This record gives sequence, C-alpha cells and structure tokens, in this order.
Amino acid sequence: MESPWIEVCPIDSIPLRGCRVVRTRHMQIALFRTASDEVFALENRCPHKNGPLSEGIVHDRKVTCPLHNWVISLESGEATGADKGCTRSFPVRLDKGHVYLEASVATAP
Amino acid sequence: MASHAKQRLVVVGNGMAPGRALERLFETAPDAYEVTIFNAEPRVNYDRIMLSPVLSGDKSFEEIVIHGDGWYVKHGVTLYKGAKVTKIDREARTVTAEFVPSRSGQPSLQPPVTVPYDKLIVATGSNPIIIPVPGHDLPGVLSYRDLDDVEAMLLAAKSRGKAVVIGGGLLGLEAAAGLQAQGMDVTVVHLMPTLMERQLDPAAGHLLQRAIEARGIKVLTRANTKAIVGKGRVEGVDLDNGTHLPADLVVMAVGIRPNMQVAKEAGITVNRGIVVDAMMRTSDPDIFALGECAEADGQVFGLVAPLYEMANIVACQLVGDATASFKSSATATKLKVTGINLYSAGDFAEAKDREEIVLRDATRGVYRRLVLKDNRIIGAVMYGDTSDGPWFFDMLKRGTDVADMRETLIFGQNYAGGIPLDPAAAVAALPDDAEICGCNGVCKGKITGAIAGLGLKSLDEVRAHTKASASCGSCTGLVEQLLKAQLGDTYNPAAVQPMCGCTDLGHDDVRRLIVAKELRSIPQLMQELEWKTSCGCAKCRPALNYYMICSWPGEYVDDSQSRFINERVHANIQKDGTYSVVPRMWGGQTSAKELRAIADIVDKYKIPTVKVTGGQRIDMLGVAKEDLPGVWADLSAAGMVSGHAYAKGLRTVKTCVGTDWCRFGTQDSTGLGVKLEKFMWGSWTPAKVKLAVSGCPRNCAEATCKDIGVICIESGYDIHFAGAAGLEIKGTELLGHVATEEETIEAIGALTQLYREQGRYLERIYKWAKRVGLETIRQQIMEDGERRRALYDRFVFSQQFAQNDPWAERANGKDAHEFTPVADLTLREAAE
Repeated sequence: MESPWIEVCPIDSIPLRGCRVVRTRHMQIALFRTASDEVFALENRCPHKNGPLSEGIVHDRKVTCPLHNWVISLESGEATGADKGCTRSFPVRLDKGHVYLEASVATAP
Repeated sequence: MASHAKQRLVVVGNGMAPGRALERLFETAPDAYEVTIFNAEPRVNYDRIMLSPVLSGDKSFEEIVIHGDGWYVKHGVTLYKGAKVTKIDREARTVTAEFVPSRSGQPSLQPPVTVPYDKLIVATGSNPIIIPVPGHDLPGVLSYRDLDDVEAMLLAAKSRGKAVVIGGGLLGLEAAAGLQAQGMDVTVVHLMPTLMERQLDPAAGHLLQRAIEARGIKVLTRANTKAIVGKGRVEGVDLDNGTHLPADLVVMAVGIRPNMQVAKEAGITVNRGIVVDAMMRTSDPDIFALGECAEADGQVFGLVAPLYEMANIVACQLVGDATASFKSSATATKLKVTGINLYSAGDFAEAKDREEIVLRDATRGVYRRLVLKDNRIIGAVMYGDTSDGPWFFDMLKRGTDVADMRETLIFGQNYAGGIPLDPAAAVAALPDDAEICGCNGVCKGKITGAIAGLGLKSLDEVRAHTKASASCGSCTGLVEQLLKAQLGDTYNPAAVQPMCGCTDLGHDDVRRLIVAKELRSIPQLMQELEWKTSCGCAKCRPALNYYMICSWPGEYVDDSQSRFINERVHANIQKDGTYSVVPRMWGGQTSAKELRAIADIVDKYKIPTVKVTGGQRIDMLGVAKEDLPGVWADLSAAGMVSGHAYAKGLRTVKTCVGTDWCRFGTQDSTGLGVKLEKFMWGSWTPAKVKLAVSGCPRNCAEATCKDIGVICIESGYDIHFAGAAGLEIKGTELLGHVATEEETIEAIGALTQLYREQGRYLERIYKWAKRVGLETIRQQIMEDGERRRALYDRFVFSQQFAQNDPWAERANGKDAHEFTPVADLTLREAAE
C-alpha cells in the first residue's frame, strides 16, 4: 500500500540554494532547495562525522558539509569524489508550491 | 704521471665560484676527474649572496643551499666539511687539511688528512677586514661573512637590544637592515660622508641614507671608530668625536681582503690576491685560483658575475678547452634590502670629458644619473625605479652609441627608439647576449634556446634548466616575459591555478574581470565568465561573494547562501553542530557589567564551556543554534556586539596596558588598539585579520606575529605586518615608522584595503605579501602618500556599509528562518 504524503511547508520557506530542517521523532531531516527549485530530503548527518548537512553550501544537486567539506549528492545521499559513504535519503513530492514527505518518515527510526 | 685512470682534482674552498666551476665541469666531462673538496665551513655549498635574506628572516638556510649533500654523492665528490687546508706541498703535489675546532672551541679529534692532486683549484675566498681598534676582539664583535656570522647575529638579535654596524657599504647596510628586521635597534657608523660611496654618487647616497633612516636605522657618517669598549663582552662603541654608542652587538663590515695565506706559504705568486693569468692559472701551471682570492688583470673581485666567469674559464681549462679567457668588465650592483631599489654600474665619477644626464622625481623618490663619454654610457646610478638598469648596463657593456636617443634616454627603454610600451615586446627586442639573470650570468639567448630546445613551459622548468631567476629572483618578471614572448598564448602566465573546478580562471583574473566587465552579481558573473557549473561550488561561491562585496561596497547585496555557515549565522560551528559565541571586547578590555551579563547568559542558556581565547576575548562554547538569537539579544542589551570570531574579516585587536598602567609603556597602546578596532570592525577581508598593539618593544601583546602589529616606541609607532602564528610561524615585517596615532591608523587602513583588493580569498596577509612582494606594499603604503590616502579613503567608504552589528540584527528577527526548524513532526503518530 502506498504511503500517504504529509504536507511539510511551502517551498518558499526554504531559501533558494539553501536548506531547512524538519524534526521527526528519531532524527532531523534536511530539506534542500536547489537553484532550479528542486527539493531533496536527506537525513541531516554527514556519513563522515555526522556533520549537519543542513548548514552546508548547496550547489547543483550537491551539498558541501560544513565540517570537513565532503560533497554529498542530494539525489542519492552518496558522498562524491574520492570519499565513500552514504546518508539516508527520502522521497519528496512537490505540488503547487508545497513540499510533501512520506508520512512514515515522521516515526522512521 | 699518475697511475690512476682518472686525474685527481682537489679544490680548496667550497664557495659559489668553485661550486660553479665543478657544475660546468660535470656538464661537459662528468667522468674526467676524481674530485675532493675541502670546506673550512662545516657544511655544503650555499648562496652567499642570499645571507642577507637569511638574516632578515625572509629565507631559511635550506633555501639558499646550492648543492645539497646528494649532489656530492651523485658526482662522486669527496667533501671534507670543517676541514681547513693548512699546507700545499707543490713538490709532493699534495694538500694537507686540519679539522677545525667546534664552535664551542673543542679541538677536533680527527687527525689531519693529506690528499694527492693532479690539478688543484685554490678558492679560499676572502676574510673580513677587522679594524684593529682596541676591543675589536671582544665577544659580541662579529663580521658578516658566512653562515656562522649570521647565526651568531640571529642569536644576539634575540635580545632585541642595540647593534652598531661599522661600515655603510653594501654588506654593512644589508646587515643593518637584517638586524633591524630581527628587532634590534641599529646604528650604522660610516667613515665616509655618504653611504655606499664606491657604488653610488653623493646624491643617491643621500637618498639611500634617508630611506635607511626612514625605516628606523640611525646613520652616522664621517664617523671614525676609536674603540670598542666593554668588560668581558662588548658594551659600546666610542667614536673619535667623543660620541659613545651603547651596543650589545657590533658588526664590522668594512670590507674584505683576499685570503691567500696558504697559497703564499706554498710559494705561489701573490700580490693583492693570488695572481692568475687570463686562463686562471697561478704561477704553478697545475694550480688554478678563482673567486675572491684571485687577482686577475690586476684586480680582485667581490661580485658574483666576474667570479662565475672565472669559474667557466677554469672548467674549460680542466677539459683542455683553451678558448675562454678572462676579461674584467663592468659590473652592476643591486642592494638587497627590501623596500630599497638601488642599481649602479660602471664609472660615475665626474670628469672634464664626461657629460651627465640626470632625472629627479622627488615625489616618486626617483633619481637616475647616466654618465656619458663620447656618446657612450660609462656609468649609471639609479635609485627608486631601477627597472631600466639592465638596459642601461647592456648598452654600457657593448659601448652602444646613444647619440640618437639622448633626448629620451634617461626615461628608459619604453621611451627610446619607438619601442612599444608592452613589456613583453621590450624584452623580445633585447639581443640574445643581453644578460637577464645577473646572479647566475644567464643571457637571453640561453633562456630562449632552452625554452625552444627543451620544450620548457613553466618558470620552474626554466629555473631548473638554466638557473635564470633561481637565485635572488629579481629577474623573474623578465624570464616570464621571455616565456610569454616565445610560447605566446600557450604560456599560461605563472601557470594560473584555477579558482576551482568550475572555471579555468584564476582568482586574480576573476577579480580583474569583475571590475573590468562590471559584474555585479554572482549569477551574472557565472554567465559572463562561462562557469562550467550551474551555480558554482563551495570553493568559488564564498570567494566570489567576497570579491563582489569588496568591489561594489554599498551596492552588492550579500548572498548569504554563498557564505560558509559561520558567516551565515555569525557564530562558529563546533564538531557537534552547536556554536560558539565570542562577543567583542574592544582592545581586549571588559568591565564588571559585561562580565556579569556574560555570567547570566551562561547560566540562563546552560552554556557548558566558557573559555578565554588567544585574542583576549571570552568564548562561550556549546550554544544550540536555536538559542543563538536569545543569547545575542541578551548580549546586545548589555551593550555588546559580535566579535566576528567566525569571520574572514577583522577579528581582534590585542593590546597591552601601555602608558595607562605599565611603567615601561611609551604610548597609549590600549587606546590605540581600541581606536583601531572601532575603526576596522565589521570589515570583510580575504582571510581573517588579527591585530595587536604593544606599548613598548617588550611586546607583551605579541604584535610581531600578527597580520598587522604596532610596536609603540618613544618616537612614535613601528607598524609591522605579515606575521603568522598558526600553521606557519613567521615574525612580522616592518612596514614603516610613523610619529602619530593618526598616521598609524591611516597606514593600517590603507594596508588593509590594499590587501582587501589584491588578496586571494583565504590568503592570509603574510602569503599575499610574499606573493606580491613586501617591497611593493611598503612603497605603496609608506612612500606614495597619494596612493595611501586613496586606499584609506576606499576603506573608510566601504566601512560605512560594513559596520552593522549582525547579532543585533538577528536578535531583532533578521534571517529568523536560519534558527528554527521548518516543521516539527515529532508529535505525529505513525501512519497506519
């Protein structure tokens, strides 16, 4: 059965080439908005040393972690370049200027 | 005849001249000789010309080594270090060397060695002249000749006491500048009426004296040393006019005398030096002499160019090539003191049959004088702008008839004979035998030949293959222009490092294009400069944001998404994602009210760690991001503003208590520190900028390792810059001395603006200064008043848009989205 979507926020509440955090019961999710108004959701932890990816600089479909400059793909959560590691990514839906996450993420472990 | 397969070559002395001779020998006949070298110094061959930069701290010994240990191994050379040749036995064809005592005076336990030779090179160099005044042998009296002297001076300079340099010639002035750069209070005592009278005419000598004095070195001319005094070690110098100069260190730099003792004792003909013919042979045909100990054509030589010429001749002789012979020719002199440009060549004394052409430009501090005889240049003296020195010198050496260009000759090459202003074209127009690198005697043809023949593409390659610009580096620009002229567009000048993977342009190009093309936003820039990515990366975006702020003050709208997190939220991110908060404490001063407010905030927000920083501030660590606006609001209410401890911008101005409290204080260092901090806070710079102001040379505020530091002295303020105390440790350079606080602030504002305009993003001041040259910076800030004021005005203009407290703004709601989650789903029940 398809998981129902929950509305999180209007896309305009996320800065262009920026990020906002969504709190869930067990983690933080970082919602990224790219220069071309795409939105991606990753767990807010760099696979390297748990740096808050939400505070990084967003470029193309990537974010650079503020702690040690790992570059993480927003699409897959994978570290790019020579670094190896992956952070969790979550499906996002955009509809009429609003951002939706799957309802199950609210309680995901 | 020796039974050896190889002939045995023994070299007495391991200075630059014999080093060069061996290099040439190994190039043409690597296997012809079995070589043994005796070096009275306990080390390898190094570039003696560069001792002054070692003394001033610009270079380390490792950087001036010409031949490292590996070179001797590679060429199968036996090098005896610390071995002084005491006897040449021409009958037995052997030399005998004794090992010198260690510096602590311990006699060496190694027995003397005796080595046979087939050919012998005597290159014993010269000894410093010690004036036999009373006290000349006191501890603390040094000469300036080799690395041991430099090390002894560096040790003495640690006291930051007083030094007297006897001798105002080339070496003496270099020693004085070096000691002053090391923090000593230096007086130069010179017998003659003007400095460097052998190389400079009186007018240039006076300009030089003024420049030397402007950097805080005292100069006494017509001063004759009567005695060096002290009980057990040097305490001062007495002049014959009754003056007493206190001194912790005395350096005698009055000249050199060829060292020919061992040759003389062996019965080799000597006069002023060891007499050699044009083939560098002494009176014994199997013994050559070269370098400062040799007398050729009735003259002895001390500058490197003729010594290298001697080296070439000896190398040729050793492989049986008798074509080269020595001709003494005019030599050119440059003074190696940063900030002082001086060039002299040839004969510039006045005489009846001579004419002169003089150019003076007082505001630019330029003096040029050419001495002509029969329409030919026979002497040239230049002060200030010396860029045409090599051109004049070239015409001098070849005896060019200058009748046709007399009208504009003095203005230099750019104005003469319709040669275009493009510097590359001017260099391209030079003949092949024009000398480019004076230190290593490399002419243009050799460089262009190597570029073409070996396919060289970079400055480093040219240096490696030709040695051009590999010593003092002052001809680097010319060498680069040759590369450019020859390779055209394929030569990437200075092999520009692109800013990042998003572009092929380097930082400097991007900065230039921002202004030239009036690029006023990051998206516009990326469009116009054909960025390869849609919106840059984490490397270029913060740099571009800074370049925009600096280029278009008051106009450019800061792009917070191109800021590193610390500058975006105005606090320092910590490893656990919390932040640290450092309020500004002007000049490091605080009060009970501020401390009380901080204590309350720490309690209220349960801040786990409070610490005092290296910059005299209080750091509250472990603040949650959501709490930042609250913490700032409370700090704001107590009158505190952001300390910008997170910024590529002005950080802190450290001070000592100065005349307010300190019994040694000479000026109000705290007050000046507060003024500087209030003037400069909020400014964005390429990298962080830390200042300090010390109230006396004891330097309790540690100003001499800061980006910019001020040392107060009785007569005013010494402004220092380009220090570092992080990944690298580096003492500051002296920018100059000024008399008042106002001048200090103007100079520091101008310096900061120059750095803001030229520095590459993340490049600290010391790296910027190293890249562009201390000398050019000093000239622009301390000597060119118009330039200084223009820079200062631009800094003041940009400050009016920069000095808004980011904390108060955010406590009042700016960027509120930064500090709160966009949604909270923690209370949602699981979907079924």
